[in-house]
Amino acid sequence: MERIIFGDNQFFAVNHISDEKSRAQSIKFKDDSAIIKTLDIAIASGINTFMCTTHDRIANICEIIRQDPEKYQDFKIYPCMPYAHKYANAVTELGIAGTLKQYVPGNFVSSLFKGGMAYVSKDFISIMELMVDAEMKMFKGINTPVIFLQNVITDLLLGLGMNEFLIGFANYVRQKYNAEPGFITMNLPKLLDVLEKGGITNPIICTSINKVNFRMSGGKEIYEKTLREGRCRVIAMQVLGGGAIPASEALEYVSNLPNIESILFGASSKQNIENTVETIKYHDQKNKERLITRYNEYEDQYASPVSAVN
Amino acid sequence: MVKIALIGAGKMGLSHLSILGAHPNVEIVGVCDTSKMVVQVLERYSGYKCFSDYQKMVEETHPDAVFVSVPTKYHYPMVKELLKRRINVFTEKPFCLNPEESIELAQLAKAAGVINQVGYHNKFVGTFREVKRLVKAGAIGEITHFQGEAYGPVVVKKKSETWRSDPTEGGGCLMDYASHVIDLINDIIAPIESCKGSILKSIYSKNVDDSVYALVGIESGVSGVISVNWSDETYRKMSTSVTIIGTEGKIESDANELKVYFKGDKFPKGYSKGWNVKYVTDLTDEVAFYLRGEEYSAQIDYFIKSVTGENSHDINTFDSAWKTDKSISLIKKQSSYV
Ligand SMILES: NC(=O)c1ccc[n+]([C@@H]2O[C@H](COP(=O)([O-])OP(=O)(O)OC[C@H]3O[C@@H](n4cnc5c(N)ncnc54)[C@H](O)[C@@H]3O)[C@@H](O)[C@H]2O)c1
Repeated sequence: MERIIFGDNQFFAVNHISDEKSRAQSIKFKDDSAIIKTLDIAIASGINTFMCTTHDRIANICEIIRQDPEKYQDFKIYPCMPYAHKYANAVTELGIAGTLKQYVPGNFVSSLFKGGMAYVSKDFISIMELMVDAEMKMFKGINTPVIFLQNVITDLLLGLGMNEFLIGFANYVRQKYNAEPGFITMNLPKLLDVLEKGGITNPIICTSINKVNFRMSGGKEIYEKTLREGRCRVIAMQVLGGGAIPASEALEYVSNLPNIESILFGASSKQNIENTVETIKYHDQKNKERLITRYNEYEDQYASPVSAVN
Repeated sequence: MVKIALIGAGKMGLSHLSILGAHPNVEIVGVCDTSKMVVQVLERYSGYKCFSDYQKMVEETHPDAVFVSVPTKYHYPMVKELLKRRINVFTEKPFCLNPEESIELAQLAKAAGVINQVGYHNKFVGTFREVKRLVKAGAIGEITHFQGEAYGPVVVKKKSETWRSDPTEGGGCLMDYASHVIDLINDIIAPIESCKGSILKSIYSKNVDDSVYALVGIESGVSGVISVNWSDETYRKMSTSVTIIGTEGKIESDANELKVYFKGDKFPKGYSKGWNVKYVTDLTDEVAFYLRGEEYSAQIDYFIKSVTGENSHDINTFDSAWKTDKSISLIKKQSSYV
C-alpha cells in the first residue's frame, strides 16, 4: 500500500466536529466535476490511492475514471462497503427482510423465504457474498487491490460475535476479487484478536490513530502497544482527532509511530492536500535520517577495526 | 457478570446487543424477537439463546436486567410485566404512548426498587452535558428564551407503511423524533409545562405528523420554541441542537460543537469573554467499545454500573421520561385546537 491514501469524507459532508463545515462541503462538492478536480490535485501531489465508500455518487466518479484510462493508469480505488445509511434507511422503511429482498440481486432471497430457510447458516453467508457483488458492480474495470468492510458493520458484527461473517468476507474478497480484505474499525485490539483467531494473519486494518485518544476504544496505550507488536498492516485514519489538534502536531505524532503502513486523510483545498503530503514526507525523511545516523553510530562504535582491537 | 436479556432485536436492539456483547461485565442470557429470520441469524451466528415469547424467556433465563427495544406501543405492557417480576429495566424512548402509562410505570419501578433507564442517549453526549453544566451553574445568567431543534431525512417521500406511520404504535415525528429534543430541553433547563400553540404537520405521511412547531413554556414562565422536521433531506443524518439565551450570554450547541458567548467579564474556568467554541472531542470520555457514537456505549455502561450499584443512577430515569411524555402530550393536545 502507498504511504499516503486519499479519503472521501469531505466529498459527502461527513465532518465529525461541525455541521456547518459539512454543509459548506456539500455545497462545494455538489457536482461530480468538483470531486474529480480535487482527486486530480491529490494525484498531482503524488497520491494514487483513493479510499471511498460505495456511495451512489462514486459510481459516477468511476465512470469518469474508466473513460480516461491513460490519465488514471496508476490510479487505485480501495472500496469501503457498504454505504450504511442506504441500508439503515431501507430497514426503517422495509424491515430487515424487505431490505434483503430489495438489495440482494436476483430472486435468491424470495426463494429463500419460500423455501423455509432450511439451510439458513450457509445461505446467510451466500447473501453476504451477493451483497458484496452488488456493491462491487460500480468498480468494474477499475483497479481495487484492497476491499474494505466499513466500521459500522465490522464493529456491529464484532460486538455481536458474528465472527464468521468477518472471516467469510475476507475469504470471499480474496477468492472472487483477487484482492486483499481490509477492515475499518474503532476497536483495533479487539478486532485483531478475532481475526487472528479466525486464521487471518497480518490483516489490513484501517483505524483511528491520533494524539488525543479520539475514537481509540480502550485508550491510546493499548493501541500503541498493539502497533509495537506489528501484528497487522495499519492504515491510520482520523489522525487529526476530528480536528481537535493542529495538523502539523497531529501528523508528527502519527508519522513517528511504529508499524503504520499508510496514513489516510481527506481535504478539499489544494493547499491542505499539498501541506499534508509534504508534512508526512518531511517526517518520514527525518525518521529515515535518524535511522541512518543511528546505524552509523552503531557502526562507529562496534564495527570499526579500532574498537574491535581494543 | 450482569445477566442481560433483550426484547426486540431490530435496528436499535441490534445496536444494543452489539455494545452489550462487547461489555466485559455483561452476559447475554437471552434474546426475544417475533421475526423468525432475526432469531435464526442470532442463534446461528451469535450463539444466543433465542425466544419468540418474552415471558418465557424471562422465566427460563432469570436475567438481572432486560433491555426493551420493541416498537413503542409494546413498551408499557412489557415493562409493566418485567417490573412485576422486579427486574431492572432499560427501555427505548419514547417511554410510553401517553403520560398516564408512564407515571404508572415510574411508580411501579420505585415501589419495586429496581434500576430503570430510558434510551435518551443525547444526555450522554459531551456537548449537551457541558451545556447542562453551564446552565445549572448560571453561567449565562437568567434564561430568557430557548430553542430546541432537530432535522433529518427519515421520511423524504411517500413510503410504504411501517409501525412508524401508525399513530397508535408510537409513530410520527413528535413521538419518535421531537421527543429527543423535548427531553433534552426538559433536562437542561426545566420540564416544558405549557404549550401556547403548536402545529403538527404531515408532509409525506398519510396518518402521522412529519414536522412539529410549538411555542412552549416552563414553570418559571420562560418561553421557548420547538422546531422539528424529519422530512428534511438536506441533513445527512439526524441533527439535534439547542439555543439558550440568557441575560449574561448565549449558548448554541449541537452534538458536535458547542458555542458559548459571554457578554461580560464573568465566565467559568476554561472560557473567556465573547465567543468560545468547544468540540465534542474535547468533552467526551473514551469508551471501551465504540459502535456508532460514544453516547450509545456510555448509556449502556451507565446502566450496567447502576445495576451493580456503582453510580447514583439518576440519568434518564422513568421519572424523567414520564415528564417528557407529559410535555409531548401537551404539545399534541394543543395542536388539535388549531
Ligand atoms: N434512541 C434512539 O435514538 C432510537 C432510535 C431508533 C429507535 N428507537 C426506539 O427503539 C424502539 C424500536 O425501534 P427500532 O427502530 O429498533 O424498530 P424496528 O422495527 O427496527 O425493531 C423492532 C423489533 O422488535 C421486534 N418485535 C416487534 N414486536 C415484538 C414482540 N411482541 N416481541 C418481541 N419482538 C418484537 C420486531 O421483530 C423488530 O425486530 C422504538 O421504541 C423506537 O422509538 C430509539
